[in-house]
Amino acid sequence: MKSLLEKIISFLVVIVLPVLVIYFTIHFGLKRNDPPKREIELRSQQQPKVDHSEFAILQQNFTDPRKVTEACLSCHNKRDDELMISTHWLWEREVELPGKGLVKIGKKHINNNFCTGPLGNNGSCMRCHIGYGWEDHNFDFNNPNNIDCLVCHDKTDTYFKQKGMAGWPATPATANEEFKVPDYNYVAQNVGHPDRSNCGVCHFYGGGGNNVKHGDLEEALNNTTRKVDVHMGVDGPDMTCVDCHITERHNIKGRSYSVSASNDNRISCENCHTSRPHNDKILDFHYNKIACQTCHIPVYAKVNGTVMYWDWSKAGLKDADGNGYKEYDADHNYSYLSIKGRFVYDDHVKPDYLWFNGLANHNIMDDSITHVPVQINTLYGDYRDPNAKIWPVKIHRGKQAYDPVTGKLLTMKLFAHNKGEGAFWEDLDWETAIKLGMETYGREWSGKYDFVETEVYWPLNHMVSVKEETLSCTDCHTRSPKGRLAKLNDFYLPGRDYSKAVDYSGFAVIIIALLGVIIHAIKRMF
Amino acid sequence: MEYKKQYLYLKFERFWHWAQMLLVLLLALTGFEIHGNLTLIGFENAVRIHNAAAWTFMGLAVVSIFWMIVSGQYINFIPTTKKLKEQVRYYTSGIFKGMPHPTHKELYNKLNPLQRLTYAGLLFLIFPVQIITGLAYMYFRYPQNPVDADGLMVAVLLHTLGSFLVVAFVIVHVYMTTTGNTITSNLKAMISGYEREAAGKKDDADHPKEEVNDQTK
Repeated sequence: MKSLLEKIISFLVVIVLPVLVIYFTIHFGLKRNDPPKREIELRSQQQPKVDHSEFAILQQNFTDPRKVTEACLSCHNKRDDELMISTHWLWEREVELPGKGLVKIGKKHINNNFCTGPLGNNGSCMRCHIGYGWEDHNFDFNNPNNIDCLVCHDKTDTYFKQKGMAGWPATPATANEEFKVPDYNYVAQNVGHPDRSNCGVCHFYGGGGNNVKHGDLEEALNNTTRKVDVHMGVDGPDMTCVDCHITERHNIKGRSYSVSASNDNRISCENCHTSRPHNDKILDFHYNKIACQTCHIPVYAKVNGTVMYWDWSKAGLKDADGNGYKEYDADHNYSYLSIKGRFVYDDHVKPDYLWFNGLANHNIMDDSITHVPVQINTLYGDYRDPNAKIWPVKIHRGKQAYDPVTGKLLTMKLFAHNKGEGAFWEDLDWETAIKLGMETYGREWSGKYDFVETEVYWPLNHMVSVKEETLSCTDCHTRSPKGRLAKLNDFYLPGRDYSKAVDYSGFAVIIIALLGVIIHAIKRMF
Repeated sequence: MEYKKQYLYLKFERFWHWAQMLLVLLLALTGFEIHGNLTLIGFENAVRIHNAAAWTFMGLAVVSIFWMIVSGQYINFIPTTKKLKEQVRYYTSGIFKGMPHPTHKELYNKLNPLQRLTYAGLLFLIFPVQIITGLAYMYFRYPQNPVDADGLMVAVLLHTLGSFLVVAFVIVHVYMTTTGNTITSNLKAMISGYEREAAGKKDDADHPKEEVNDQTK
């Protein structure tokens, strides 16, 4: 009897209890909590407080859009003051850049590796200025009636600035099939918070076509699904840009580091999702060092392709008849344009990954080239930087003209209405285009040009995937050279890294132990 | 031959041993999966189970230390050099000639001098290092915070090295269970608590032995 009792007790303490311990360890170890659901009141869901169609001032017969602006400002007073200090208006901002001191950056002052720079191409580039008629340096930045209220606040989707018209919509004289004279009364009586299409009309097409620049911002977002963008999908929360880019007094939150440098006025996911968004310890720990975007934007350019490479050095070729020509790739994206050079488009692109602390540097007009490829912008941060996180980035690589004597990037005159004005897009003449381009900026040119490789870095923020498509652990925690973080080597990453010395000696110890017991056992037997 | 049945391993000790065995197995399998040597249950599950098992292991360690102190059984783990030479000589030569064990076991002296040294190394050196580096792994997020340790490198390499040593220990430990009076007598003792030992070979005189009344039996 005692023996049976002892056997039962042995069974309990030797098998049942230890197995229970393991069972509960695994059970609680694998338990996952659901992330909390959040109810956020979106700007886009706010009902308009007034009906603009009732205002007599908006019922007058408008022919000049500046009169619309005047009417807007007659009620919305002081809004012009807010707008006229904004980057959307000035295209410049003053910042402190490492090694350069207090300098002016912004579209107006920095080089880019798309169309090199806007000045001198005003007719074309300034279509995306929030004003009317920035044709040249005579534009009056202090006249509030030059502000284009409608391009952002039009809710009818019928108001557009005309191509090549420096920000003007079509007039009876210029109207054509594509661009009609807007019905100003209809538009002015139907204004409200900007929709995706209002922001998108510029931000989707920067660089001269859909999704050329950002890679994560393109026209497909006007009407898309959760699968493409979990926030903007019309089958999801259907959020608009200003739901995240919270705007107070026309200060729009958010930074694009192709033109920004400072770590302020930014948007972050935690504004809505908190800094412990997963309700899961291990995942939430990643928040300290990994930007949300890194896992949640596994690929960008999820619908249409984006430009990955732009080679200006091949521009200017002519066909047998002496005309410029176009070539397309298999996806019907440009692969060659005489006026712009060679292109490589790609879609569903895996991002590059960099440490980024919210601070950037820029190649400004007078910077000499020190490294090749030239960094058009530089994103700062490394593992040891407490503010830095790993970010997904689109790297746009280019090859563009520079002055081999001064070592500076060259700016070009690209756009003109007619042939013979020296614009590259009309005449395909490098010398004249560079000469005029440099003159508009008031810069010196030695008369020589060559081409240099450049890179610009675009941190990704949009096209957030549904949770089923986020990165999983082994996309980064892997020894595979295809791992997402295979190139980011300034820290120890579990699952990816190991010390050969430790591992080899460890395995040696195990082999010695095995051999030892085998030899010992054999010796005991004989 | 005449045998004497001796009660060596108390209930808690046996539970502790086997729970610890399973935990070490679990930690090793998941640990080497995280390290990239194995593919069994997936990296994420491995991480989650490794962390949970680490907490259970630490919890069990706390309970065991408490039990060791209260029961007086800690005495078994105090290292000694007495008869160490004889023990080494036995394993390296005597055992092959069928010589008797130089030491014998009793409740408050159940580990031979070599075991005492090995277990002390395991309990006071390798396990604490694994626990401290493991906690660093779990909670150390910034290279400068709370201490500037230049990343996890040192902690991680120590943890990896420790895990290799634990595996080596397990190999030798399992093999050593076959060196008892019979191939399985040590194993059976860790299951039933009782070990059969050839009677009449006692030579307590040379043993560091504490006079403690066994009330836990």
